[in-house]
This record gives sequence, structure tokens and C-alpha cells, in this order.
Amino acid sequence: MSNLLEVNGVSKNYGDFTALNNVSLTVPKGSIYGLLGPNGAGKTTLIRIINQITMPDSGTVFLDGTALNANHITDIGYLPEERGLYKTMKVGEQVLYLAQLKGLSKAEAKIRLKYWFERLEIGDWWNKKIQELSKGMAQKIQFVVTVLHNPKLLIFDEPFSGFDPINANLIKDQILQLRNDGATVIFSTHRMESVEELCDDITLIHKSNKILDGKLVDVKRQFKTNTYEVGITVQEKSSLQQELSQKFQIAPANFRTLGDELKLNIKLSENDKANDLLSFLTSRGDVSHFVELIPSVNDIFIQTVKNN
Amino acid sequence: MNHLPLIIKREYLTKVKNKSFIVMTFLSPIIMIILISVVAYLSQLNNDKQRTISILDESGLVKDAFQNSEHTKYNVFEDMTLTDAKTIVKETSNYGLLHIGKLDTINFVPTQMEFYSEESPSLSLISDLEGILENKLTDLKLQKAGFDIEKIKTSRATVSIEQESFEGQKTSKIDSVLKLIFGGLAGYLLFMFIIIYGNMIMRSVIEEKTSRIIEVIISSVKPVQLMLGKIIGTSLAGITQFLVWIVLGGVLLIIISTVFGIDVTQMQSPQQQMMQQAMENPEANMQLQDIMTAFYNLPITNLIIAFILFFICGYLLYSSLYAAIGAAVDNETDTQQFLLPVMMPLILAVYIGFFTVIEDPHGTVSTVFSFIPFTSPVVMLMRIPFGVPLWQQLLSLLILIGTFISIVWFAAKIYRVGILMYGKKPSYKELIKWMKY
Repeated sequence: MSNLLEVNGVSKNYGDFTALNNVSLTVPKGSIYGLLGPNGAGKTTLIRIINQITMPDSGTVFLDGTALNANHITDIGYLPEERGLYKTMKVGEQVLYLAQLKGLSKAEAKIRLKYWFERLEIGDWWNKKIQELSKGMAQKIQFVVTVLHNPKLLIFDEPFSGFDPINANLIKDQILQLRNDGATVIFSTHRMESVEELCDDITLIHKSNKILDGKLVDVKRQFKTNTYEVGITVQEKSSLQQELSQKFQIAPANFRTLGDELKLNIKLSENDKANDLLSFLTSRGDVSHFVELIPSVNDIFIQTVKNN
Repeated sequence: MNHLPLIIKREYLTKVKNKSFIVMTFLSPIIMIILISVVAYLSQLNNDKQRTISILDESGLVKDAFQNSEHTKYNVFEDMTLTDAKTIVKETSNYGLLHIGKLDTINFVPTQMEFYSEESPSLSLISDLEGILENKLTDLKLQKAGFDIEKIKTSRATVSIEQESFEGQKTSKIDSVLKLIFGGLAGYLLFMFIIIYGNMIMRSVIEEKTSRIIEVIISSVKPVQLMLGKIIGTSLAGITQFLVWIVLGGVLLIIISTVFGIDVTQMQSPQQQMMQQAMENPEANMQLQDIMTAFYNLPITNLIIAFILFFICGYLLYSSLYAAIGAAVDNETDTQQFLLPVMMPLILAVYIGFFTVIEDPHGTVSTVFSFIPFTSPVVMLMRIPFGVPLWQQLLSLLILIGTFISIVWFAAKIYRVGILMYGKKPSYKELIKWMKY
């Protein structure tokens, strides 16, 4: 079994409004899976269906090979975007309660809680009330609540919101560590740089439909434009630029260099080879910069959403 | 997985450990008792004042009819003009002056009497005086007509009708009053319980919504379980609070009445007054025994079982509505439009209970409303002490349970959708739409 989660043709309507329309996806075991989409696309609905908070109108969901059922609640850890804790309850009591709801025994929960408090550098908070903590501290507690019962599937909805860069990094490292320990992570966010950094696979949902999915590398390959960013030092800048413009599609580029180079984006046609371009350029001057432009997730996101 | 006990435990503990709950639990009986004591003390103070009323009886016929009593002292003037008497009464700051003019014949009495005072006297004072005068003059008239007063007095008969149903159950006036007290207490208790703890449930649902913890919780438990856990946990906290109130209130009452010597039982509620009137029988020594028999005549077992069943069902019915309201809104100020239709039948039930059932416990209105599920818990509880046929009780309970189940189902639906809805206040139309989600 290589896929932990399989969603097959799931649809959900709220009255006349379609929140999800025949969405299918597979989440490979041990991967970090980016669930992307503009606001109101249907991500939260999908996550809630996986969590059995709402039931789909049609379609099936399989977790680890079996159809979703009540026993799976303990296999999933969910950090919702709209999160919070009981403000007047003490940290220790609260986490123990929530862990027990996820099926842990009280004694077991206590042991793991101590471990996680150390791991996340959470100090002596056991007897503090949530309302006495800063937002970032409360977020850390929330993270512990999500992972404490050692779930197979972790679902994080905007996990870094509310964290300062240091703590955001700490949480990111924890997520990677959890993945390395065998957990599968579904990761929903609008911060594309963290998608670049963390995700192995992505799915893009827009207006209730899945419009793109696959391994991040494959998706990027699919969106590559065969464009190279070039910096070259020559005497006659304008004549070289003219010469190049006859052969290729070019555009002025902007990047930092130390010298006074001619900077261009050169788009190759399908038959052209990068090597030919490079040897052509080296015959004309000193090449200080030659990089293939890889589309960012941000660009892919904007481009795909706009085209749909 | 069944998390119900865990949820109940948490709800109960957080309620009971809550500071304002603890303060309320221990402070309100103290405040209540202090309030009652102050009122009792004040009314005693008022009664202790002895009033002096001067009598100027120019006819000389009735002056010996006025006997000093605990609260009133009569001061009879002899051989004085009205003007002098008035001045004296004013100077000695007596309460007032009753003037009875010279009577040529006792037949024209009423026009010959006046009462002078600084402030206008209370109705009871005037009617007391009138009573004394009427009795005396009636006696005089009878005497004049040649009757023997003593004979008339001894031949006066007193009657107390014994009531008995065809099944042989004996009842009396004391019975009825006792029944009223039992029924009223049960109905009122339910009413108070629903209002206090229904609101508490509602607030706790809203709190879960506003603190946004709800999504974390319901990814672990079913919303229905959470709702029921909340209702049961809060109710248990409520029962705890009620017990503390009863125990604490009782202890305080005893302490205060022994230490300060205030007889709190002298405070009279309308029911107690009725009870007293009912007990004003000539044979005073029979009273206690009468009350005891009346008490044993009550259908005690039926009363207790019915109380428990109707109380639980009625309370759960309303509290699940409160929970649904809490789930539908974002903050407490938005609850008003939904609370009104919930409160209406409840208030109606109490009014019917206290006016119609007292008037006629088996009349059409009382009977019908003891079957309508939203009013039946209160109305039926008040009717039962008067003896309601078993089939009626069972039918009413059956209707109540049926409604209760469908209301819980309905409330759970609203709850399930509502707890995840933020932002806008839903309309009734939207609530109905939620049913289909």
C-alpha cells in the first residue's frame, strides 16, 4: 500500500452552493502533500470530510486501505486554521482532555506530553491558563495537541500563522521530523515559499474543482518555459542583443551582478538546446550567469487560477 | 468510541471550578437569607408599633366594646367636646380619634360616626373599627328587640365539609392547599432550572464557538455526543448547586432565626395565607393531624416518579433547544430573537399552572395544556397532586418523549452545522436550510 489516503470523486453541496465537485486525489505514504487553492476553493470542506466532521454527498475516502470510519479518528491529527483552546482551562488538563478524546490513556498522554513539551522548548506551562499565554505559545500547545497521539495522517491548515520566524522554523523542523518518522502530512497554506520548501506533492483546488496535481517536480517541469537567464560581458551590447533577438525570444532581465553585464531572459524554442546557446554565448564574451528559470509555485498558482 | 463520560466530566468540572459559579453557589443563599431576614425583621418592626386610638362616645353605648389588643390601645374620653378631644389627640400625637355622636335611636347610627387622623388610616384599621362597632350595635339592636344574646351565640353552628372522591379518597381544604404547594413547587422548580441552566448551556456552546476550539473537538467526537455531554454535565453542576443552596439555605435559616430571634416563618406568601385560612378551623388541635393525613393522602409515589420523569424530559427538551440556539449564533447578544419563541411556551405554562390549574385542575384548558409537549412538564406536574388518571400521565409522557427525541435530533442538526458557521447571524430560513446539510 503506497497511498495513505485516497479520495475518490468526492462531492459536497451546501444547498445550491457546490463546495466540492467530484474531487479525487491520492496522498502517498510518507509524503508532505500540499493542498493549495484560493480562499473559498473548498480546501476546508475537503479537510473536514477527511476528518469526518462533514459527510460527503457522494464519493468515497479510503485511509490506509479501509473506507473512512469512526476508528480512523485516532489515526488523524488535525490542526484547523480556525483554532483555539479553552481559555480558562489549564494547559496540562486541557491537553490531557483532548488527548483522551483521541483515544490515549491518561497515563500515556502524560508521558508523551512531557516529551513534547521538552522537544518544543515549552517550559513550565502545565498549570497556566491559556488566556495567560501569548498567541505563539498557545499555538505551540495547539501543535502538541495535534501530534500527541502519534497519528498516521497529520493535517495542518496554515500551521505557521501566528509564529515568529524562530518558532515557525522550529515547527517546520518538527513537521519534517514527523514525516521522517513515518507520518504523512497534508499541508494547506497560502505561503508559497513554505510549499516550495516542504512539499513533495501538490494539489490545486479552484472553485470546487481540482485543476492540478502531481509531484512538485513534475508540475514544475510541466510549467517550465525553456527560458534561461543570462549574464554576459561584451563590448558591443546592442549588436549582440540584436543578433540574439533574431534567433530567440528575448526580454531584458534583472538580477544582481558585480560587473556591467548584458542581462537577458532568453526563451528557447523546443528544438533549441541549452548547450548550443551557451557555446554561442561563450564565443562572444565572458558568461558570468547562465540559469534555467524554474517556475515558482507562486507563479504556477497564479497562472493556473487565472487561466481557469 | 464513547467519549460521553469524559465530556460530561470535563463540563462538570469546569462549571464547578469556575470562580463565578462558586461565588454564586455560596453567596446567593446568603444574600437570599439576609434579604428574607431583613424583610421579616422590618415587618415585625412595623407590627410591634402600638397605636393609640382615642374614642369619644357621646352616645355612651359602644365605648365598652373596644378591647385593647397587641397592636392597638384604645383610650376612651369622657364628657368632652369634640373640639377639645381633637386638640388633645393632636397634642398627644395619638394615631386618631373615633367620634360617635349622640344617638337618639340606634337605627340611624352610620351617619353619626367619624374618624379623625393626621394621615389617612389603613383600610384594615377602618374595617377593624367598623367590625367592632357593627358587632356591638347588632347585639344592642337584638337585645332591644328582645332576643337573648347568649342564646344566639351558643346556637351559632360551624360547618366543615368533608370531601371524598367516588373511589373513597378523602380530601379536605388543607389537602387542596397542600396539593397546590406541591404542584406549584415542582412546576416552578422546573421553570427556574430550565432558565438558569439552559442559559448556562447556551453560553458554554457560544464560548466553544468563540474560542474556536470547536473544530478540534469535533474532529475527535460526534457533535451529538458533545451536545449531550454538555447538557448532562451542566445539569449535574446545576443539581450540585441546587443541593448546596438547599443545605446552606436551611442551615443559615436555622442559625439566623435562633441567633436573632426572627421568626422567618411569619413571612407570609399568598400560599401560606391560604393555608392558614384553610386551617382556621375551630378545633385548633386537629390542624397538625389534618396536615399529616393530607400529606399521606397525596399520591406520593406517583408524584415522585412523575416529577423525575417529567422533569428530566422537560428539562432536556428545553436545554437542547438552548444548545441549538448557542450553536446558531456567534455571541450572546444575537440570541434574543431565538430565545423569545423558546421562552414563550415556558412562561405560558407557568401562567396556566398558577392561574388555571389552581382554579380548576381538571378543566379543559389545564387538561389540554398538560398534553402539549412544551407546556406539559410544568402543567402536568402541577396537576398530578390533584390526581390525574394514569393513562393521561402516560400519554402526556409519551408525547413529551416523542417530541423530546425529535427536538434533540433537530437541535443536533442545527448544532452540527451551526458550530462551524461564523460571521453572520442566521435567519430562521437558513436554520431550516441547515436541516438538509
